[in-house]
Amino acid sequence: MTATVIVFPGSNCDRDVAVCLEAALGEVPIMAWHGDHQLPDCDAIILPGGFSYGDYLRGGSIAAQSPIMREVVSAAQKGIPVLGICNGFQILTECGLLPGVLMRNSGLKFICRDVDLTVGNTQTPFMSGYKRDQNITLPIAHNEGNYFASDETLDALEDNDLIVLRYAGENPNGASRAIAGIRNQAGNVVGMMPHPERLAEAALGGEDGRAIFDGLASFLAK
Amino acid sequence: MSTDTSQRIEQNNIEITDAVVAEHGLKPDEYKLIVEHMGRTPNMTELGVFSVMWSEHCSYKSSRKWLGKLNTKAAHVIQGPGENAGVIDIGDGLAAIFKMESHNHPSFIEPYQGAATGVGGIMRDVFTMGARPVANMNALRFGDPSHPKTRHLVSGVVSGIGGYGNCIGVPTVGGEVNFDKSYNGNILVNAMCVGIAATDKIFYAAASGIGSPVVYVGSKTGRDGIHGATMASAEFDDASDEKRPTVQVGDPFTEKLLLEACLELMASDAIVAIQDMGAAGLTSSSVEMASKGDIGIELDLDHIPCRETKMTAYEMLLSESQERMLMVLKPGREAEASAIFERWGLDFSVIGVLTPTKRMVIKHQGEIVADMPLGPLADGAPLYSRPYVETPKRPVIKAGDVAHSLSVSQALEKMVALPDLASRRWIWEQYDHMVMGDTVGRPGGDAALVRVHGTQKALAIATDVTPRYCYADPVEGGKQAVCETWRNITATGATPLAITNCLNFGNPERPEIMGQFVGCLEGMNEASLTLNYPVISGNVSLYNETNGTGIHPTPAIGGVGLIEDYTKAISIAPSRQGLSIYVVGQTMGHIGCSIYLRDIIGADDLGAPPPVNVENEKANGDFIRAQILNGTIDAAHDVSDGGLLLALCDMAFAGKMGVQIEYTPEDPHAFWFGEDQARYVVAVENTSAFEAAAGDISITKIGTTGSDTLTFADGVSISLETLRKKNENWLPEFMNQRSV
Repeated sequence: MTATVIVFPGSNCDRDVAVCLEAALGEVPIMAWHGDHQLPDCDAIILPGGFSYGDYLRGGSIAAQSPIMREVVSAAQKGIPVLGICNGFQILTECGLLPGVLMRNSGLKFICRDVDLTVGNTQTPFMSGYKRDQNITLPIAHNEGNYFASDETLDALEDNDLIVLRYAGENPNGASRAIAGIRNQAGNVVGMMPHPERLAEAALGGEDGRAIFDGLASFLAK
Repeated sequence: MSTDTSQRIEQNNIEITDAVVAEHGLKPDEYKLIVEHMGRTPNMTELGVFSVMWSEHCSYKSSRKWLGKLNTKAAHVIQGPGENAGVIDIGDGLAAIFKMESHNHPSFIEPYQGAATGVGGIMRDVFTMGARPVANMNALRFGDPSHPKTRHLVSGVVSGIGGYGNCIGVPTVGGEVNFDKSYNGNILVNAMCVGIAATDKIFYAAASGIGSPVVYVGSKTGRDGIHGATMASAEFDDASDEKRPTVQVGDPFTEKLLLEACLELMASDAIVAIQDMGAAGLTSSSVEMASKGDIGIELDLDHIPCRETKMTAYEMLLSESQERMLMVLKPGREAEASAIFERWGLDFSVIGVLTPTKRMVIKHQGEIVADMPLGPLADGAPLYSRPYVETPKRPVIKAGDVAHSLSVSQALEKMVALPDLASRRWIWEQYDHMVMGDTVGRPGGDAALVRVHGTQKALAIATDVTPRYCYADPVEGGKQAVCETWRNITATGATPLAITNCLNFGNPERPEIMGQFVGCLEGMNEASLTLNYPVISGNVSLYNETNGTGIHPTPAIGGVGLIEDYTKAISIAPSRQGLSIYVVGQTMGHIGCSIYLRDIIGADDLGAPPPVNVENEKANGDFIRAQILNGTIDAAHDVSDGGLLLALCDMAFAGKMGVQIEYTPEDPHAFWFGEDQARYVVAVENTSAFEAAAGDISITKIGTTGSDTLTFADGVSISLETLRKKNENWLPEFMNQRSV
C-alpha cells in the first residue's frame, strides 16, 4: 500500500500528512515533486496543505497547471484515490477534478482553530472510517476556505449526496451550505478544508482525523 | 534621507559635506574617526557602508559595554551571543537554536510589512545556523486602545506576523501583548524563532579559505529598505511617515524555498560559512563573515542579481531586500550548490572571493568603488560609556491605604475584560499554530510546548516582560522579566535552559533612559545567574522615542526549556472536579504597580513594583516541577498580571470548570489582586502527598474545582460563562469597532 504525497514549492503540510500515512499504511509515502512528468506507481495520491506557489494569483491556481498535475488528473480519471487537504482542495477545484471554488473567508482573516463538523457521505476510500451524521472535530487553518458554487452545482452536490463534511454550528468562513468537504461522482476524489493530519494523535489534542487515513488503509487492504 | 537619494548619489564623486555626514546619522567625531581609519576622505559608497556598520542597530555602540556583563555561560550552552542565534544542547545529539529580534521602527511605519519581515528575518537567523525552524513566538506592545492608530497597528502587525509564518509553514505558538500609552508613537514588534539542529551540523558565520568563492543566493536585490538600520537607530518625529521607503517588503514564499534549499545544501559539506542578509544587507553580512574569519573579501557587484535597473553600488550595498543569504563555499563545490538553488527556482551567483588583505574591496562596472579596512568597519565604532542616572526608588504602597470602590467580584468582572488581561484568542487564531504537527501545548497557556519531531522531548517556550515594573524599578523589573519566563516554562513541567532578549528602550543619550537600561540589565543578570538561565542571544533596540518621549523600558525575554517526556507535561486546565486548588508561594498582598491599582483604582502613583526574590523563585519552581513530573500536580498556572484571582479564572476558563473558593483572606483586594512574585496556582488530587512534599515551601489551600461558577467563601457567586464571555469579547469587539 503506497501513497504518494505531491510536493509543490510552498507546500507545508507535506511532512505532517506523510507522518499519518506512514502510521496508517505501514509504509513511508513517496514524495513526488511538482516538476515531475511521471507519477510514481502508487495506490493513492495526497495533495497536502500549504501555500503552493505562494498562493500567487489565487490559492491553488498555479499548482493546478504544474506538470505533475496532468498526471494526477489522469490517474484520478482512472480511479486512483486522490485526497486534497486545504490548499490541496483548492488545487482540486482549480484543475477541475472537483466543482466550485474556495473564496476568501467571509471574515477576511486567516482562521486557525478546531471546528465541529458533521460527516455526510462516507462512500469514498477516505471517509469510510466514519459514520454518516457523526460529529467530529478537526482543525482548520486557512485564508480561503469559503466554498462557493452556483446554485445548480450546490443542488447537484446535495442531490447526488456528494458532500462529505459540513461545518456544524458556526460556519467559520462563510462557505455555501456550510460545505467543508466534497467528493466527486465516482467517489475516488475528495477535497476538504479541515486538516485531519493535525488531529490524528491524542498528544495533539484529539484523534478524530485518524479515521481518514485508517479508512484509506482498510480500503486499500480490500 | 530624502527620496531622491538614489539620483543624487549615483556618482562617487559627490563631495562629503557636514550635511551629508549628518544625513547618514553619523556624529562629527565619528566621521573624523572614519577618515582616520581610511587614511583619506571616504567616498559616498564608503561613507554609506561605514554609516550602517556604525549605526546603533549594527554596532551596539551604546549598549555593548553593558551587554558584556551578562551571564552567557552554562554547561549546556554551545554558542552564546555573537552569532546569528544562540545554541543550546538538548541531549541526544540535538541542539535548540533561537533568538529574538525587534522590528519596531518599520512596523510602526508599515505594520504589515514591518511585522512580516521581522518574522522572516528572525527565521533566517535561525536556519542560517543549520536549524529547521520549529516555532515562532512574539512580544508585542501597542499604544493606548483609545489612540486613533492603535487598531490599525494591531490589525496590520497581527496579519503581517500570520501572513509570513503561516505561509512558510512554521507554527506561531504564542506570545504576549500589552497596551500602554507610552507606545503610542513607538510600537514594539519583537519576533522570536526557535529551531532544531543536529549538534554536529551547526553552521557559523566566520569565513575561511583564501580564494574560496563568496556566493549570493535567494531573492534579487531591489531598492527597498535602504538605510533601514539607520532609521532604526533614530527617534521618530512628526515626519516619520516619510520613512516608508526604508521599510522592506517580505515574500514568505521565497523564504520557504530558501529555507528548503539551504537545509538541502547544508546536508552536504559544501558550505564553509553562511550569513543571512538582514539589517544593512550585503554590507553587514560580508563584513561580519570576513571580519569574524580575520580575512579579506572582494565583491564584484556586476554579479549581484538585481530586480531594478541602474542600481548604484551604494544602493546594492545598503539594500535590505529580504530573503537573501551570503555564503562561502568550498572551492569547486559551486556546481553542486547551484543545482540545488536552481531546482528551488532561486538565484545563485558567485559574487566574490576571500582574500588575505583584511580589507573589503568592492568593484562595480570594472572600477573599484570602495576599499575599506574590515577591522574598523566591524569593530571600530566608538564604544560609548553613556552617562546614566539610576531611576529613583518609589515608595511601597500599603494595601491598607488604598480606597476600594468595588467589591472583589465587581472588580473581577471588570478586570477580565481589561486590555492587558483580556483573552488573546482573536490574535492567535490568525496564526497557524499547529502546522508541523508537533504543537503539544497550544497558545493560551503558560508556555507553548513543541515536540522535537520524532522524539519524546518537547521544548517549552515563553516570552515575558512587565514594562510597568521596569519603568517603576528597572532592577526589579529586569529580574521579574527573566523570572516570569522561567516560571511559565516551569509550570508546564519543563526545565528552563536559556534565554534570548530584545532590549527595547528610548534614547540612550538621555541619562535617565541609560539608567533604565543599566538597571534592567543588572536585574536580568541577577536572575539569570541564580537560575542558571544564561542569555545566549539577543538584540537591542534603542531610540524608541517620538518627539522626545520614550517608551516604558521593555526588556522582552524569550525563554526556552526542555521536558524529556512530553506526555508528563501539564497545562493550565484542571482535568476534573474535586481537585484541591493551592497557591504555592507567599501572598503578601503587594498592590503596588498592579493592574488592579492602575486600571481599577486608576491611581496616578503606582508605587514600587513587587520585589523579586530569585532564591524563592528557584525553590518554589523546583518544587512545582518535581511535583508535576511525579504526577502529583494535575494543572498549574503562574501568577502574574492581575494577581491570584485572574490566574484562577484563566485555569477555570481553560478547564471549563468552576472553582469553589474556601479561603477567606484578611484583606481580600490585596490578596486576590496583589502581584507578589514567585507564585503558582495548582490543582492537586493527592493532597497529602503534595502537602508532605512541600516542606518549607509556602502552600495555601484556597478552593476546590467543580460546578460552573466561581464562588467565594462568603457565598458570592459569578457564572463562569459570564466571566469567560467578557474575557473573550474585549479584543474582537475592540477590533471590530467602526472608525469614528
